[in-house]
Amino acid sequence: MNKTNKYSMKNVDLWYNDFHALKNINMDIPPNEITAFIGPSGCGKSTLIKSLNRMNDLVEGCKISGSILLDGESIHGNIDVNALRKRVGMVFQKPNPFPMSVYDNIAYGPRTHGIKSKFKLNEIVEKSLLDAAIWDELKDRLKKSALSLSGGQQQRLCIARALSVQPDVLLMDEPTSALDPISTAKIEELVIKLKTDYTIVIVTHNMQQAVRISDNTGFFLLGELIEYGNTQQIFSMPSDKRTEDYITGRFG
Amino acid sequence: MRRFDEQLTQLNDMMLEMGALVEKTITMASQALIAQDVELAKKVIVVETDVEQKEKDIETLCLKLLLQQQPVAKDLRLISAALKMITDMERIGDQAADISEIVVMMNGAPYIQKLVHIPQMATATVKMVTDSIDAYVKKDLKLAKSVIEYDDVVDDLFDKVKYDLMDLIRANIEGGEQAIDLLMIAKFFERIGDHACNIAKWVVYSITGQHVSHR
Repeated sequence: MNKTNKYSMKNVDLWYNDFHALKNINMDIPPNEITAFIGPSGCGKSTLIKSLNRMNDLVEGCKISGSILLDGESIHGNIDVNALRKRVGMVFQKPNPFPMSVYDNIAYGPRTHGIKSKFKLNEIVEKSLLDAAIWDELKDRLKKSALSLSGGQQQRLCIARALSVQPDVLLMDEPTSALDPISTAKIEELVIKLKTDYTIVIVTHNMQQAVRISDNTGFFLLGELIEYGNTQQIFSMPSDKRTEDYITGRFG
Repeated sequence: MRRFDEQLTQLNDMMLEMGALVEKTITMASQALIAQDVELAKKVIVVETDVEQKEKDIETLCLKLLLQQQPVAKDLRLISAALKMITDMERIGDQAADISEIVVMMNGAPYIQKLVHIPQMATATVKMVTDSIDAYVKKDLKLAKSVIEYDDVVDDLFDKVKYDLMDLIRANIEGGEQAIDLLMIAKFFERIGDHACNIAKWVVYSITGQHVSHR
């Protein structure tokens, strides 16, 4: 990980009121790679991924210290949060399409950012759906409600929506946990393809998914980053016993 | 105990059983050789089929565990090491059978020289197999490394046998054919030592995740 890092976190602590949710996190995330966060529920991995585009700002009583740099620049300094979230897209566990047409779901972001040209919007919709590997399935259904799509299609639509504003980073919080194996496989293939153009951070409870798709894995426990490194190394010869116990299912 | 842990214990037990069978083939081949016991030599070939069956059983269990449990970390290393080790174990059984076939072929013809070093090779290789399987089950890195070192003992014994036989052939050209048979037997024991050494290297891998470099 000696390339210029996409994210660089130093001494990050985070509290939800009195609860110390992240403890002294130091972590670099390389560009154009897939980095997986794993760990038991409540370990802080989702909190950390949400900190990367300041989704935690919306949480009452949330306080953060330390530094998080994106391309060398603090995301807490003189930065427009909307611009940050344009650069750092996010996809959640449950597909959450807007209750509108497929087309409008994708065009929503670009319109918010001031794009009005019909021609330009058409172009963005097509490119986003193509990049999310769902164009062929949806090109004749652009006017249909996004809610009529299957779960797997909805999730790829949400990925397309995230891509529509041309972000650098894609954060994915358990993006396949509500999907069947076939949809999961499609999303995994897609994520691997997307890393050519994007930096991807993914939270997953599926160990095999982390092994299959990620380049780097971080293991979190009780708010601490216990071990972070090359995925293959972590899953074949972890250096910390707690990592070993967790990934082999011998926890506690 | 979790079902997976029970299955891993079962794998260890089967490895011990296969190890014991393999040791039996070496010991029987060696005894048949020393006593020129053709009947005993023929029995080695029967035990060798048990070794092959055990190899298939372990392979089936390992593949089932890979499929069902999708093991990682130490579990993955343990199972993948087992898959590699049984190949070497099966080869040892083959070589014990090869030795026995020569014993059958020699059909009790008196030896041109009292066998000294070859039985020592048999004892040494049995020890290597026992220790490497023990090291696997007990995750004993020191013991596994000692097996790798011990291969030198077998190699030295092979050299001694070779030079003895060369002297014999020089002194008595008549005994040449038997000398070559004995050299083959010694070479089989030497190969058995190499396979035991490979087994120990996989044991080291299963414990440390590192492959020992080949000499």
